[in-house]
Amino acid sequence: MNKKVLSLITGAAIITAAFTGCQNSGTSSQTQSSTANSSTESSAAQESSQASSAEESSTVALSGTLSMNGSTSMEKVIKAVNGAFTEKYGVQVDLNLTGSGTGIKEASEGKCDIGNSSRALTDEEAQTLDATVIGIDGIAIVVHPTNEIADITIEDLAKIYAGEITNWKDLGGADKAIVVIGREDGSGTRDGFESIVMGDKTPQYAQELESTGSVISTVGNTDGAIGYASLANVDETVKALNVEGVAATEETVKSGEYKIQRPFICATLKDSDNELVKAYLDFILSPEGQELVVAQGAVSVN
Amino acid sequence: MEKASEYAATPAVKPKAASSIRSRRSGLTGIAERAMKYLFTLCGVTAVACVLMITIYMIISGAPAIGKIGILDFLFGDTWYAKNEQFGILPMILTSIFGTLGAILIGVPVGLFTAIFLAELAPKALKNIVKPAVELLAGIPSVIYGLLGAMLIKPLMYDLEEMIFANDPTHKFTGGANLASAIIVLAIMILPTIINISENAISAVPNEYREASYGLGSTKIQTIFKVVIPAAKSGIASGVVLGVGRAIGEAMAIILVAGNSANMPSLFSSVKFLTTGVVAEFAYSSGLHREALFGIGLVLFVFIMIINLVLNGILKSGKKKEAKAKK
Repeated sequence: MNKKVLSLITGAAIITAAFTGCQNSGTSSQTQSSTANSSTESSAAQESSQASSAEESSTVALSGTLSMNGSTSMEKVIKAVNGAFTEKYGVQVDLNLTGSGTGIKEASEGKCDIGNSSRALTDEEAQTLDATVIGIDGIAIVVHPTNEIADITIEDLAKIYAGEITNWKDLGGADKAIVVIGREDGSGTRDGFESIVMGDKTPQYAQELESTGSVISTVGNTDGAIGYASLANVDETVKALNVEGVAATEETVKSGEYKIQRPFICATLKDSDNELVKAYLDFILSPEGQELVVAQGAVSVN
Repeated sequence: MEKASEYAATPAVKPKAASSIRSRRSGLTGIAERAMKYLFTLCGVTAVACVLMITIYMIISGAPAIGKIGILDFLFGDTWYAKNEQFGILPMILTSIFGTLGAILIGVPVGLFTAIFLAELAPKALKNIVKPAVELLAGIPSVIYGLLGAMLIKPLMYDLEEMIFANDPTHKFTGGANLASAIIVLAIMILPTIINISENAISAVPNEYREASYGLGSTKIQTIFKVVIPAAKSGIASGVVLGVGRAIGEAMAIILVAGNSANMPSLFSSVKFLTTGVVAEFAYSSGLHREALFGIGLVLFVFIMIINLVLNGILKSGKKKEAKAKK
């Protein structure tokens, strides 16, 4: 009896020790090796998936799909042109709207065929990409519909955005504090606005919003607000101000009388021999394509 | 002899279990057993690998920008203006700290008292309504909190702002998008986390504690504050920790109400959190600006790591003290 019990105990002890021991050594060595493995494996997988997607996009493009990514401000214009392009040539166009920066980046990395940008390319970006200006956009200065002000000078606008003028009464309006609304750092619209209006002044925003639509809706809801947005996106919920006595319309943007304007750009790889890209750019610059651009509120380059 | 059998009484269970394991470990079941073991190990390893990969990726993509900008200029610079390549994130760091603190200051008392109400005071019928409501609150996507904040809190805050600063020409009007709005949204967001965990902790306090307290002549409220809450302390603390985690990592809800202008934090100024800084600007950024956003990500990452470590440390030392007190 005693012996039996003792042997059972020792047996159990040996088994548990062996079990835990094996588990410990097993897991610790496994953890190390498999972590190393899985990280290298996954990075390899990532690379290969990237490579294959790049291959795919180029091969698929030849068989009839064009991929583009970029500016949200260009959405209306690009969508109208894409619809007509697909109808005319039977080529499918995949459009992503993630912003000018992403569009340019993906175009330069070959992840998409065309990168749409609502700002001029930087010198760095222009080393790998060709920029085709496909239209011009006026940047409208919008205020709440009840605002009495109808006209503003660029100088006053700069003062408002720099925080030097803080009340509408200083411009002959009602006694109401100005709420300065703009876009986030890096936005094409913001870059366009600031490079034209601000000069050396540093802007002091009350709200930095991350889309054209939020600027319009926030200005429409806030009675002391001022904001800027693509001319094409301005609707009846806000009031567009005349700048230096010139109303923001397609005619005044095209003639250059309206000062606050920026280019719409299709960025493509410099050494690209993609037939579809060429066909698309030819189409968008043709009278037919430019008509569509104009119909969406932007201004023709011709 | 008798002594020995007594001595063996408890461990005698083990050999039986062990022998049954041994008998099970043969043939197909043995293979299944081993396969499951590896599967579990693999799953465990995946989590570790993810943390490692994220850490390495954040350091690789965030560190160069911090190096280029200069770590002191980056962490302690007070101007964020990408156009002039000024990338100082001190306002964002302070905003994240004060925003979270503010949310905790409002959220913890309200959450704790709701938990006490649910666990100790609420009539059953009322509890059956309030508890599911709180649980539902936890499942609402953060962007919905943000939308409601933008639609309801922002206009009210604008009115309040116009009232308070009516005769103050130096105040920069924000239209209601400011730190105070963000704190309110964050406080509501962390409520369900704090309530659920605190309520569980309070309910888990053994009834003997309460009975003993009543037996000594305490009232209900005295019992709650002097006996129940101290006994549930570590559970409540972990609720607060999770709340802090949720508040500091939140982006989508507050991007709609914070104004997103990188100013030094004050209740009625437009502010930018570390999280919203990355989310708002990532789409259009390029070059050093984009790298700097990764730098912010790295700072946020380190930030959350430190907070987790410190709070876990506090929790552990609290538990150790409790264990000692029990001994």
